[in-house]
Amino acid sequence: MELKRVVVTGLGALTPIGNTVSEYWEGLSTGKSGCGPITKFDAEKFRTRFACELKNFSVEEFIPRQEARKMDPFTQYAIVASDEAIKDAGFDMEAINKNKVGVIWGSGIGGLKTFEDEMIYFGKGDGTPKINPFFIPKMIADSSSGQISIRNGFRGPNYVTVSACSSANNAIIDAFNYIRTGRINICVTGGSEAPVTIASVGGFTAMRAMSERNDDPATASRPYDVNRDGFVVGEGAGALILEEYEHAKARGAKIYAELIGGGFSSDAYHITAPHPEGYGALLSMMDALEDAQIKPEEVDYINTHGTSTPIGDPQELKAIVDCFGDHAYKMSISSTKSMTGHLLGGAGAVEAVASILAIQHQFVPPTINCKDLDPAIDQNLDLTLNQGKARKIDIALSNGFGFGGHNATVIFRKV
Amino acid sequence: MFDNLSFNSNLCIVFEPQNILEMADIAEKVKSIIVEKLGVEASEVTPEASFTNDLGADSLDTVELIMEFEKEFNVSIPDDQAENIQTVGQAITYLEENAK
Repeated sequence: MELKRVVVTGLGALTPIGNTVSEYWEGLSTGKSGCGPITKFDAEKFRTRFACELKNFSVEEFIPRQEARKMDPFTQYAIVASDEAIKDAGFDMEAINKNKVGVIWGSGIGGLKTFEDEMIYFGKGDGTPKINPFFIPKMIADSSSGQISIRNGFRGPNYVTVSACSSANNAIIDAFNYIRTGRINICVTGGSEAPVTIASVGGFTAMRAMSERNDDPATASRPYDVNRDGFVVGEGAGALILEEYEHAKARGAKIYAELIGGGFSSDAYHITAPHPEGYGALLSMMDALEDAQIKPEEVDYINTHGTSTPIGDPQELKAIVDCFGDHAYKMSISSTKSMTGHLLGGAGAVEAVASILAIQHQFVPPTINCKDLDPAIDQNLDLTLNQGKARKIDIALSNGFGFGGHNATVIFRKV
Repeated sequence: MFDNLSFNSNLCIVFEPQNILEMADIAEKVKSIIVEKLGVEASEVTPEASFTNDLGADSLDTVELIMEFEKEFNVSIPDDQAENIQTVGQAITYLEENAK
C-alpha cells in the first residue's frame, strides 16, 4: 500500500510562556520561564507551591460562559488551541469534506479539577449523592476531542489517547496513520492538560517527582543541571492540523513541515521509573527512524522529554547516544520543559509545535536554568544550555515518555 | 431631642430569612438561577417559558436546574414531581408550595 504524505498546515499553542503560537515562540526563543507561585488553589501546606500556570488567560474571551462552564479547564484549553490551529490552517469550512476530518487528542488525566470539585462537594454533604449532571461529560478525557468536533462539525474518527506524558505523541501518530492510509484528509490533533490542582500537585509531590525549589520557582525546571530535583507541572495545550499533502497543496495551504515518522515502545519495567538503561527510549527513537525511513545522521535537533527529574534525564541522553552514535554529538538537543514546565498529556503537543517552529525559524530553543551540568551526563552533547541558537534544522525529533512505561517519538521534516 | 427617646431592644424582631421566603423572592431567585445556568436573558424567563422548548435547555440542563432549585430552597424534589416541572411558572409554583 502506497502511504500518503502528511504535512502540518496549522498550529495552536496555549502555554505558560505564551497564549498564542507567536507568543510561545517568542518565549521559547528567548528562554523565558513560565513558572511562578500557584494561584489556582491555596498551596500553603503543599511541599511544592509553584507551577507553570497560564498567564492573563480568560476563557470567556474565547468561549461563551455558558459553554465554558460545561467544560473542564483541560477541554477549554483544547478548544482555544485547536481554534487557533484551525484558523491558522485557513480552511474554507464550506468546501472541506467534514466527514473526512478527524479529531484525535491527547490527555494524560482528563477533567481532574471537575472530579475534585464534585467529590469535595459530596464529601461535605450527608452522603446523599447530589452529583451534577455535567460531572461525567466534563470529567472524561475524551470530552476534549468531542467538544472540538461539536464546535467545528468534524465527523471523522474522534477519540483521546491516554498514555500519561506520551499521550499527545500517541495522538499525533494515530492521526498520522489515519491520513497516510487514506482514511481521512485532515486531523486536528495535539493534547492538553490542566493539572495545577490539589490532587495532582499533592499526588506528584507524594511520589517525590516534583521540584520543591519553592525559594526560586523560575529556575526549578532545570533539566541536566546537577541540582535538578524534579519536574515542574504545567498547564495548557498544543494543537496541530495534519493534512494529506496533495489535499493541502490543492487548496494552496501554508505548509509548516512534514510529519515523516512515528515510533513507539514500552519499557515493560516499572510503573513510574524509566528503564535504567533507557532501553524503551532507545526502541522508540529507533522505531520512529525506521518508520521515517531516514538515517540517524539526518536528524538535526531533538526536543527531549527532559523533565528535570534526577532519574529520567540521564537515561534519555544515554539512549540518544546509543541510537545516534557519533552523530549524537553533532546534533542539537534541548528540553523546552525548562521553560514551559511539564504539561503531562499536553507535553508532546507543545513540544511538537516547538520542534516545528524550530524547523520554521531554523533556530534551536534553549534548555534554560542549567548552571552546573550533571557530571553523570555526557559532557560532549550539545544540550543548547541557557541560550538558543540559529542552526540548520531539516529534521527534528521529539520524544515523550509516560508513567506506565509508554514511549512515543515523532519526527518532522522541513518541506 | 434624641435624649428623650429610649430604645427598647425587645422591639427588635429578628426575621429568620428562611422562615419568610416571600413569594416574590422565590420567583426572583428561580429566574436568576435560570439566567445563570442557561445563559438566557432575564426578559426571556417568563412564567410560560418552557426550559427545553423556549430556553434551549437539554435533558442535562433540566436535571441541573432541578438540583439547583433543591439546593437553593432546601427542598427535595422527587423524580415524579420533577418531571412535571417543565416551565418557569411550574417551578415557581412548586417551590412556593414546598420551599421550607
